[in-house]
Amino acid sequence: MSAPTAVPAPRAETADIVLEVRDLCIDYGVGSSAVRAVTDANLTLRRGEVLGLAGESGSGKSTLAYGLTRLLRAPGVISGGEVLFHNRPQNSAFGAAPGEVVPAATEIVDLLGADMAKLREIRWSQLAVVFQSAMHALNPVARIDAQLTDVLKAHRAQMTAEQRRERAVELLRMVGISADRLRSYPHELSGGMRQRVMIAMALALEPQVVIMDEPTTALDVVTQREILEELMQLRERLGFAIIFITHDLSLLIELADSIAIMYAGRIVERAGADELFHAPRHPYSLGLLNSFPALHGEKVRMEGIPGSPPSLTALPGGCAFHPRCPYAMDRCRTDIPQLVPPAADPGRAAGQPRVAACWLQDGFQEPPAPLRRSAVGNNGDSNGARGADETHGSEL
Amino acid sequence: MTATLSDGTTVVHGPKRPGTPALEARHLTKHFPVHQFGPGRTRQVVHAVEDISLALPEATVTAVVGESGSGKSTLARLLTQLITPTSGELLLDGVPVGRSAKARREYTRLVHLVLQDPFSSLNAVHSVRYHLERPLKLHKRASRDDLDTKARQLLERVSLSPSERFIDQYPHELSGGQRQRVAIARGLAVEPRVLLADEPVSMLDVSIRLGVLNLLDELRERERLAILYVTHDIASARYLADTALVMYAGQVVESGPATQITDAPAHPYTQLLLSAAPDPARTDPPVLRGRGAPPSLVNPPSGCRFHPRCPFAMAVCKEAAPPPLPVATDQVAACWLHSPEHAPKTNPPAAGNAAKDF
Ligand SMILES: Nc1ncnc2c1ncn2[C@@H]1O[C@H](COP(=O)(O)OP(=O)(O)O)[C@@H](O)[C@H]1O
Ligand SMILES: Nc1ncnc2c1ncn2[C@@H]1O[C@H](COP(=O)(O)OP(=O)(O)O)[C@@H](O)[C@H]1O
Ligand code: SF4
Ligand code: SF4
Ligand SMILES: [Mg+2]
Ligand SMILES: [Mg+2]
Repeated sequence: MSAPTAVPAPRAETADIVLEVRDLCIDYGVGSSAVRAVTDANLTLRRGEVLGLAGESGSGKSTLAYGLTRLLRAPGVISGGEVLFHNRPQNSAFGAAPGEVVPAATEIVDLLGADMAKLREIRWSQLAVVFQSAMHALNPVARIDAQLTDVLKAHRAQMTAEQRRERAVELLRMVGISADRLRSYPHELSGGMRQRVMIAMALALEPQVVIMDEPTTALDVVTQREILEELMQLRERLGFAIIFITHDLSLLIELADSIAIMYAGRIVERAGADELFHAPRHPYSLGLLNSFPALHGEKVRMEGIPGSPPSLTALPGGCAFHPRCPYAMDRCRTDIPQLVPPAADPGRAAGQPRVAACWLQDGFQEPPAPLRRSAVGNNGDSNGARGADETHGSEL
Repeated sequence: MTATLSDGTTVVHGPKRPGTPALEARHLTKHFPVHQFGPGRTRQVVHAVEDISLALPEATVTAVVGESGSGKSTLARLLTQLITPTSGELLLDGVPVGRSAKARREYTRLVHLVLQDPFSSLNAVHSVRYHLERPLKLHKRASRDDLDTKARQLLERVSLSPSERFIDQYPHELSGGQRQRVAIARGLAVEPRVLLADEPVSMLDVSIRLGVLNLLDELRERERLAILYVTHDIASARYLADTALVMYAGQVVESGPATQITDAPAHPYTQLLLSAAPDPARTDPPVLRGRGAPPSLVNPPSGCRFHPRCPFAMAVCKEAAPPPLPVATDQVAACWLHSPEHAPKTNPPAAGNAAKDF
């Protein structure tokens, strides 16, 4: 039996692609003590798309985010792969600033090979990041309006002080912060307000891509929802794409267009959000879906996933999920499955083939029922992949 | 809101079961003093828990749900006697809890608190065996020869089996979920009546949370424990609990059968929480039923504490605190919308265009 080889994301439909991650590998440490935190990550982000990245803590989500923006700190090192940014600065939605250079066409920048000058040009203004803890990213001794005008001063030298101030007010208003809070210091704001300031800072230069690492995880649900609403409205208006990282798969399904699931440093499934919810193809995705109790319907006993996530220093051989997988076969213990389209699945997520890294999907056997559901014609089942799963569900 | 109705009866929240509840709290109130400096300041307090009456029958799970700062942990700590109430009393198996050292020791044995952080609740320098044998010895639950057997049985009771794999490990060698199980096993060592679990899974990995919730579910039946499950995750409350209490700004604003609270919420705050909760089955983006953040508990809003955020607020809401009003079987909501004299003649206004300008 020969292993199918990985299919790269299609090169053909590149027009609306804004970011491509190819075979990205990231290690902590070098030489014999190195541990691989991200292995062969492949992602394609389209303009205006919300791509969700889900997985448990330690699965490598943050490492991937830091790596592709080259913000990784030692001992983290990128040990392979490519990150291609399709740079196409837009005219400002605020009205083009005078003297702004607009390249004639899309320029493809290899972020991993770019020099510091190029990186500085792209980071923040075209590719911005919002991290989980605003307290670490905001300057504690500067008022929030000054933090915003400073960003504009550094990157938009042609703006006058008055214009910068107006823009700062507008940005903060867009994220729901009223003018009377402008003169506040970060510690005078609630967690939700600080997170909003972070988002305003990330959007200040109208980037094409915003990477958000657990931006609302520390917040209460109501505040989280308010911020997400604002974010989605801004995306409609400004057109940026988002990579949204969270461990909360149930939130991500609502929010994202497509979703990549990470386990032990690898992307194990990539699919449209609805497809993933109704018709997961990887046992880990199914297990994660079965870890979030539903808000509606019959109460069904759910099992989560047995065992716990592995440590990177002692990764199981073969498929890293095999010790926790209810479907593990002999071959899973020795051979690493590639991320390929499931044999029986012509489904495509947002123009990309849906892919899963699991031997069950190689076409040599019929996958178990919960892993071969059809994503369409399944609408009556409001609980998606769970609930209908007789083998995992019983009356509570 | 007060827990006493106009006819003098008290609304006691919690699962309705015949007989004497394992633990009962009557009119529990906690005001924390605010430290202020300088002369001439009036003494201010944080109104963290306000007049809550609660009964926890054996073999039931009661969930307490609410945003952070709503008073959930304070309520749990009041129930453990870790903090002294400003007023109110506790009854264990129907008997008022005494204040003597002996009574307190017995209470600590019977009412066990499991904390959110399984990392800090176990001592890193001691093995699992030590954590389990110590309470057995202290409370004379086992003779010397029995210690090992009893400790192993405890591990099996929290599904850490085979027990020999875990008994001589140290906390750092265990996963978060395993640590939380050891923390629960340690509580079981002294054969408690009541288990108070304050956000017991919120620091655990997503995939292992359900394992711990299912363990609590099994303990409810097998050990006939009265369990209080404190959480900010209303979906998990629905999953595990018989009854759910929704707290807002130190008060219980709604309580009832857990599925009823999520399927037919009667209080506008419960409706807001549910509209904001992640729900993958949602087809359209949710319409948030209200905005903003909880108020300061030093000067809580007059009348209904939710009125500044409530899309349905009426004139009376600012003036008078609504009592808990029956809305369905075993379900009460402290909201004027459910009182015959104040209920609007038409259906409540839709969330978007609510009248707030009174
Ligand atoms: N500075 C570091 N040194 C060594 N290992 C690290 C470092 N930062 C993260 N790791 C390891 O890399 C793995 C992935 O971590 P991370 O990317 O933070 O995961 P996630 O964001 O999914 O929780 C974890 O096992 C973590 O222990
Ligand atoms: N020891 C304390 N001293 C003063 N205020 C406190 C103390 N403990 C809690 N509070 C306050 O009581 C309120 C309720 O807090 P808490 O019970 O921790 O809420 P929750 O657990 O729902 O997040 C909050 O306003 C909190 O700041
Ligand atoms: S490859 Fe094997 S062990 Fe891995 S997820 Fe698929 S069935 Fe389970
Ligand atoms: S309608 Fe009035 S009483 Fe009811 S929750 Fe709203 S403000 Fe409170
Ligand atoms: Mg992370
Ligand atoms: Mg708390």
